[in-house]
Amino acid sequence: MNVRLYLLQRATALLMVPLILGHLAVIFYATRKGLTAGDILGRTRGSIGWGLYYTAFVLAASVHGAIGLRSVALEWGRLRGRSADLLMWVFGLLLAALGLRAVYAVVM
Amino acid sequence: MAGPRNAGYRREPLWRAAMVHRVSGLLLALFLPLHFLALALALHGETSLDRFLRWTDQPLFKAAETILVGLLAVHLLGGLRLLIIENMPWRPGQKQMAMAAISIALLVAAAFLVRII
Amino acid sequence: MSEAASTTIARSGTALVPTGAAETTIDVSIWRGKAEGRYETFRVPMRESQTVLDVVTYVQRHLDPTLSYRFACRVGVCGSCAMTVNGRPRWTCRTHVSKVVENGRLEVAPLANLPVIKDLAADMAPFFEKWQEAKGVFKPTKSRADDIVQISPETRERRIIDAAIECINCGVCFSACDTVRWNEEYMGPAALNRAWTLVNDVRDGGNSERLFAVAQGGGCHACHTHQSCEQHCPVGLNPTASIAGLKRRTMQAYIRGELE
Repeated sequence: MNVRLYLLQRATALLMVPLILGHLAVIFYATRKGLTAGDILGRTRGSIGWGLYYTAFVLAASVHGAIGLRSVALEWGRLRGRSADLLMWVFGLLLAALGLRAVYAVVM
Repeated sequence: MAGPRNAGYRREPLWRAAMVHRVSGLLLALFLPLHFLALALALHGETSLDRFLRWTDQPLFKAAETILVGLLAVHLLGGLRLLIIENMPWRPGQKQMAMAAISIALLVAAAFLVRII
Repeated sequence: MSEAASTTIARSGTALVPTGAAETTIDVSIWRGKAEGRYETFRVPMRESQTVLDVVTYVQRHLDPTLSYRFACRVGVCGSCAMTVNGRPRWTCRTHVSKVVENGRLEVAPLANLPVIKDLAADMAPFFEKWQEAKGVFKPTKSRADDIVQISPETRERRIIDAAIECINCGVCFSACDTVRWNEEYMGPAALNRAWTLVNDVRDGGNSERLFAVAQGGGCHACHTHQSCEQHCPVGLNPTASIAGLKRRTMQAYIRGELE
């Protein structure tokens, strides 16, 4: 990992600290009487706040997870530099695309 | 023929804490696409998402959700420990910090399990 | 053992242990060969305050003169006698057998993460090549015609250096590091620790190249903070903390656009 990837991974980690604390709080709150779609969508549909929150969360997690996966692939998967970079980009973009689609689904 | 046995340094609690951090991160990364696909069921309407949620009301899914909550908590707390090491003056007691992170994550997971059963 | 089957030997009025009675021994398995090889077991008499290096030396002098190993000072200064003892890297000249023996057994192997030359002697060349890669070499800014620079022991930089300078280049941290094992580009704890001392040396003029070097793929950011170096360093240094310092310093330099 070079300094640029390091900075991106640690910055997204720091950003996600409050986001994850919030997410855990929502998880506990949402399961107080069973998880229902109506409950979830009632919170998120049309909410700019939740939309921004989950968009930031998805993008940070995609960057953070993709860089982490690259390290694991290099060290445990014995991938060489170029193929580990490719895996990072494919996984990161896939995660971001699926995540933003999910945010769109619950907010719009 | 195998080489000499020389990985005994892995018997250290801090090495194990590092592996907990890596494996929890890896599992969370692999779970996220599934999480996003499930939520995207709302594209087909509320009933579509709700049908899926009712299908996940099985013990197997509850166990998996509990584990995921634990993984999220342990990765958060373990990551905080790393961020502190990397960005602040060194402080002793890292083994205790690592053990505290894992213990708190277990408590969070246990609390979640109690809540959903 | 029959030659001493009889009595207590007395010397200077001090009674020594009767050697004829069942002598306490230790079974030591020693790696023989190169990367591929096998463990060979020897029975060595136990002594008070015996070090692992004493055991290896006994084998070489009394049981098998073809055994290869490396040592020099025998007092923990030179850093040449590090080996793997019961699975962990240690400086063998300062490691008492009584502290590391497990069920009366000792297993000695060459250092990990380095090529094996023969038996217990590892090839240290890759370890020192990493020091060069990390620019772990002092780059002077003055000549012998200049005055000696005065550095107060109280300065922040000097305190940072003090905490990291006593490295004896033994290779124990390099051998205990899974990031070294898994990532062949990684420079390792000792080289980065050395780079950190030079980064804080006010007399040194090589920091732009040094910070650039340790900000590359195999540099300080490859460290995952397993802390095995800190746990195993025989002289109690904390390379993890030094590497964290380098991570901060390179990150600041990168943000300010000072790298390259």
